[in-house]
Amino acid sequence: MKAAKKELAVAALCCGTVIDHVPNDVLFKAVKILGIERLKTHVTIGNNLSSKRLGSKGIIKVADVEFPEDVINRIALIAPHAKINIIRDFEVVEKRPVTLPDEIVGIVKCDNPKCITNNEPMRTRFSVIDRENVAIRCHYCGRTVTSDNAIID
Amino acid sequence: MNSNSLVSIDDISRDDILDLLERARFFEEHPDHKILDGKVVATLFFEPSTRTRLSFETAVNRLGGRVIGFSDASTTSSSKGETLKDTIKMVSNYVDLIIMRHYLEGAARYATEVTDTPVINAGDGANQHPSQTMLDLYSIFKTQGKLDNLTITMVGDLKYGRTVHSLLMAMRYFNPTFHFVACEELRMPKEYKEFCDKNGIRYHEHTEFTPEVINNSDILYMTRVQRERFTDIMEYERVKNLYTLRADMLAGSRPNLRVLHPLPRVNEIAYDVDDSPKAYYFEQARNGLYARQAIICRALGIDIFKEANL
Repeated sequence: MKAAKKELAVAALCCGTVIDHVPNDVLFKAVKILGIERLKTHVTIGNNLSSKRLGSKGIIKVADVEFPEDVINRIALIAPHAKINIIRDFEVVEKRPVTLPDEIVGIVKCDNPKCITNNEPMRTRFSVIDRENVAIRCHYCGRTVTSDNAIID
Repeated sequence: MNSNSLVSIDDISRDDILDLLERARFFEEHPDHKILDGKVVATLFFEPSTRTRLSFETAVNRLGGRVIGFSDASTTSSSKGETLKDTIKMVSNYVDLIIMRHYLEGAARYATEVTDTPVINAGDGANQHPSQTMLDLYSIFKTQGKLDNLTITMVGDLKYGRTVHSLLMAMRYFNPTFHFVACEELRMPKEYKEFCDKNGIRYHEHTEFTPEVINNSDILYMTRVQRERFTDIMEYERVKNLYTLRADMLAGSRPNLRVLHPLPRVNEIAYDVDDSPKAYYFEQARNGLYARQAIICRALGIDIFKEANL
């Protein structure tokens, strides 16, 4: 009975995307980055679930949506070890890690109040300078932002 | 986007730097070459900077070009809420070159993205000021006869002083040794020390301004502790007098040592240093004219050597 309930908590999707192994503290940032709050399809968000790898993790399940690769990869900024599962007809047809793009346009706010991007109606642009520690550099003012203090716009 | 724009010293190569120095030297020998006849240059100073503006405007005038612009954003439509993009696009319709100074960091980079007219960054907040770096390099080159293998000591405000940051980055091609002399609060930021590490540049940090450091230097680069960079005025009052150079401190220095300062100076160089043959800061400012003439020609795609049939 217990096992069945556990099964229910992570119920399988018919079709869509499962974003797994999201650290608990960035789960809602990931939701925001992907614009999931604007979706009309079924969305299940679970947090503080037990995980063999992380101890505890967050998970996002989105029915009937497969995100373009450049969109889904944006969460590599805050959850570099997240796993993407593409589900079609109850089967996992693709399982892959996220990859940090070389350049991040929009999404992240520069934390320098004197940066032009915080004072003009324009998009931010960052280039990745350290993949391992996930550090990005503002294309305009040169300020370095690390993933732990990245403010999602 | 115009590829002749100059936003950051980091955008240009070692060869570009050496080429600009050659051209600066040409303009020092021939300052009044009228090769900008018929050209109109805008100097857009959203933040006042008399020294830099006069230097750029003199450079244009001596080359025979004409200047339009403003020296204070409060008299322009940006004070009515016009975006930088709109101002740049509007001015681009009128001129061949835009020289701009802005209080926001990254403003010049953004300007290059909204216009095909070349843009020269004359300073964007605490970020970049490449023409200052070129005149510093030219001054070092002139006084030392080379740029390679020099020991450069930077003193004062190493945290907010953008001139030291840009000079440090430009020197990466020339195997320098740096000494950073600053109080705890104004130390060289971590990112520039990492830049040194990454580029194999030797550096030493000091909190005391000692004779040993001075006597081992080829260049003493003094900076002002700038009041406008401080949010806490008490903090400024506490640190402003800590690193002052006096003439007697140069007694044991190398014969080739020269004292540089981006100016304006307040009290970090005592007036008795002015009489020393090692004081070079006023000549350094004059070199700015030649360096800027070279930068302006580069931005406009004018090859002065070709024009002068050299």
